[in-house]
Amino acid sequence: MERETLHHLLHDMLLARVFEERAAEEYSKRNIAGFLHLYPGEEAVAAGVINAASPSDYIVSTYREHAHALVRGVPAGKVMAELFGRAGGMSGGMGGSMHMFDRERRFMGGYAIVGESCPIGVGIAYTIALRNLPETVICFLGDGAMNQGAFHEALNMAGLWHLPILFICENNHYAIGTEVHRHSAVPELYKRVAAYSIPAEKIDGMDVLKVYDATRHALARIRRGGGPQFIECETYRYRGHSMADPDSHRPVIELKAYQAHDPVSAAIRNLEFRYPSPEELAAAGPDNITRLAQHMVDAGHAHAAEVEAIKADVQKTVEEAVQFALDSPPPTMDAAWQALHCNRHQEVLI
Amino acid sequence: MAQEMLYWQALNRAMDIEMEEDDSVFTLGEDVGLYGGSYRVTDGLYAKYGEWRVRDTPISEGGFTGLGIGAALVGMRPVVEIMTINFAMLALDSIVNGAAKISLMSGGQFPMALVVRVPGGVAHQLAAQHAQRLEQMFMNVPGLRIAVPSTPQDAYWQLRQAIASDEPIILLEHELLYFTKGMVDIVAEPPPMHRAVVRRTGKDLTILSYSRMAPLAQEAAVELAKEGIEAEVIDLRSLKPIDWDTCAASINKTHRFMVVEEDCRFAGAGAEMVATLTERCFFSLDAPPQRVAGLDIPTPYNGALEAVSIPRIPDVVDAARALCKPAQKAAE
Repeated sequence: MERETLHHLLHDMLLARVFEERAAEEYSKRNIAGFLHLYPGEEAVAAGVINAASPSDYIVSTYREHAHALVRGVPAGKVMAELFGRAGGMSGGMGGSMHMFDRERRFMGGYAIVGESCPIGVGIAYTIALRNLPETVICFLGDGAMNQGAFHEALNMAGLWHLPILFICENNHYAIGTEVHRHSAVPELYKRVAAYSIPAEKIDGMDVLKVYDATRHALARIRRGGGPQFIECETYRYRGHSMADPDSHRPVIELKAYQAHDPVSAAIRNLEFRYPSPEELAAAGPDNITRLAQHMVDAGHAHAAEVEAIKADVQKTVEEAVQFALDSPPPTMDAAWQALHCNRHQEVLI
Repeated sequence: MAQEMLYWQALNRAMDIEMEEDDSVFTLGEDVGLYGGSYRVTDGLYAKYGEWRVRDTPISEGGFTGLGIGAALVGMRPVVEIMTINFAMLALDSIVNGAAKISLMSGGQFPMALVVRVPGGVAHQLAAQHAQRLEQMFMNVPGLRIAVPSTPQDAYWQLRQAIASDEPIILLEHELLYFTKGMVDIVAEPPPMHRAVVRRTGKDLTILSYSRMAPLAQEAAVELAKEGIEAEVIDLRSLKPIDWDTCAASINKTHRFMVVEEDCRFAGAGAEMVATLTERCFFSLDAPPQRVAGLDIPTPYNGALEAVSIPRIPDVVDAARALCKPAQKAAE
C-alpha cells in the first residue's frame, strides 16, 4: 500500500479519536447537548471505507456519523460547530450530532431513525443507474438496522434492480444494549444478505488495511457493473451507545479485549520500522522481497517523528475546531425558517 | 382549448407532459408500470418512457417512498404513487421523518422535489382498512404541503405544480373522483397551488370544504337556495397551507361559516379551520361555527352504515339551516 495512503489512514483515525474524546469533554462542559453517539473503537471502518471511495461517490450515514464527516474531508470546525448548535456548523446548527449534511462533499446526511439510511441510499443509487453515471453510493448502517423493515425493503430493491450501492454494516455488536446474538436470529449478519442476491462478506473492522482493501474491491466490482455489495465490518465501540448510556451492560473484559486490538495503535504499529519475518518474506514470494522490504523501510524511516507530528497536528486541528465552534454565533430563528423553506424560493404563501 | 376529461385522465395528462418536458421526473409505485396504475393515472407511460422512469415496485411503501427521497436529494423529481392512503401508514417514517425534515435538518442544503400521490377517502364498501381519511395527520407535520384537488382541472394543474415545485408535496386524490368529468384547459394559467377558490357565491353563510366534499357542498348549496339560503361555497384546494385570506374575506361577508369534511370530526382538518378562523373573524361572527364531519368510527363495511358515517347532502343542508336560524329569527 502507498505510504501516503497509510499516513492518510492513520491521520484520519487519530483525528476521529481525538475529536470524539474532545466532544465527550465538551459534552460534560455542556457545550454540546442532546444525544451524542461517539465513535472511538470504530475508526478503522470510517477511515478505511471513505478513503477507498472517490470524491464523486455519495455517502449516506447514521446518527454516529461525526467521524464519517471528518474522514470525508469536512473541516473539523464545521463538525464541532454543528455539535455546539452554531450557525457555522455543517447544517447551520439545525441538525446537530445526528443530522450532519454537506452537499458539496456529497455527504448526504446522518439519519437517526435506525435503518432509514438504506432506502435513501437506494434512491441515490437508483438515480445514478437511471442516469447511467459512474458514481456509487456508500450507505452506512449498524447491526441493529438489520432488523428493520426499511433495511430489507431497500436491499431487495437494490438487488432487484442491480443498483450501484455499497452497504457498510458497522457491526459493533450492540443495538444500544442488546447484543447481536440476542437481536438477530442469524448472528452472522452478512449471511442474511444472501437472500437478496447481493454479494456479502464479513471482515475484521478493527483492521483499517483490510477495510480499505475490501472497500476498494467492492467499489471496483460495482463500477464494473457488479451491482450492490455488502460488507460487514466487525468492530467495537469503546464507549456506551451515547453519552446518555452509562454502559453498564457490557462486560469489562470484552471492552479490554477489543481495546487490545485497537485500530489506531494497530495502524501505528504498521508504520513501525521492523524487518519482515521469514514467513512474511516467503509468503510475499521472491519477486516481491525487495519491494516489500523497501516499503517497510520507507514507512519505518519516517515513523517515530512522523507519527508524533500527525498526533500534534490532529490535536491542533481539534483545538482549532473547538475554538471555531465557540466563536461561531448561534443561528437565528429566521435562519431556521429559511432552512425549512429553502425550496420555496422566497415565495410567500400565507 | 378546454376539453372534457375524467379526473384520472387529467392526472395522466399532467404526468405525461411533465415527464416529456423534464427527464428528472419519474414515477414509481405498486403496479404503476406494466399494469398501468390502479386508477389508471399512469396509463400508457410505461410504454412511452420505459421501466426506469415508470417503475413497478415491490410492495414496500416505506422503502420506495424512501427511494424517492434519496432521488430527490440528488435533484430528481420523483412522483411516488402509494396505492391508497391506508398504505401510506407504512411510509410515514419516510414522509414524516425524512421528506418533511431534511430541508431544516440540513440547514437548507438540499432540494426535496418529492411528490407523493395518494388516493384516499371513503369509496364503495372497502371496509375499515381501505376507507380512511388521514389528511389531518399530515397537516400536523411541518415541512409538508398538501394539495386536495376536487375537479379534473385542479387535478391537472396541481399535479403539474406539485411536480414543478422543489418542496415535498402530498397530493390527496379521492377514489370517488377518478371517474368524475370536467373541462380541462391544459394551457390556461393556473392559480397558485394553495389558492382557495369560491365555487359559488352567497351572502348567508360560508361553507368550507375540499376534495370530494367540495362538490357535495355545492350540491347542498343548490338545495339550500331552494329554501332561500344563499351559501357561499369555498373549495380549499390546499390543506397545507390553507388560504386563510380567501376564507376570512368570505366569512367577514357572510358572518357565518361551517366546514364540511370527510375525515373524522375529533381533531380533524375542520378543527384547525374553525380554530384559526374563529381567532381571526371572531368579532364578525353571528353564530358559532359548525362542523359536518365523519363520525369517529372506523368505516363499517355495511353500505348503509358506511353512508351515514360520512357527511351526506341532507346533513349539510340541516346544519346550514340550523346555523342560519338565529339570523332568520332576528330578521322576523
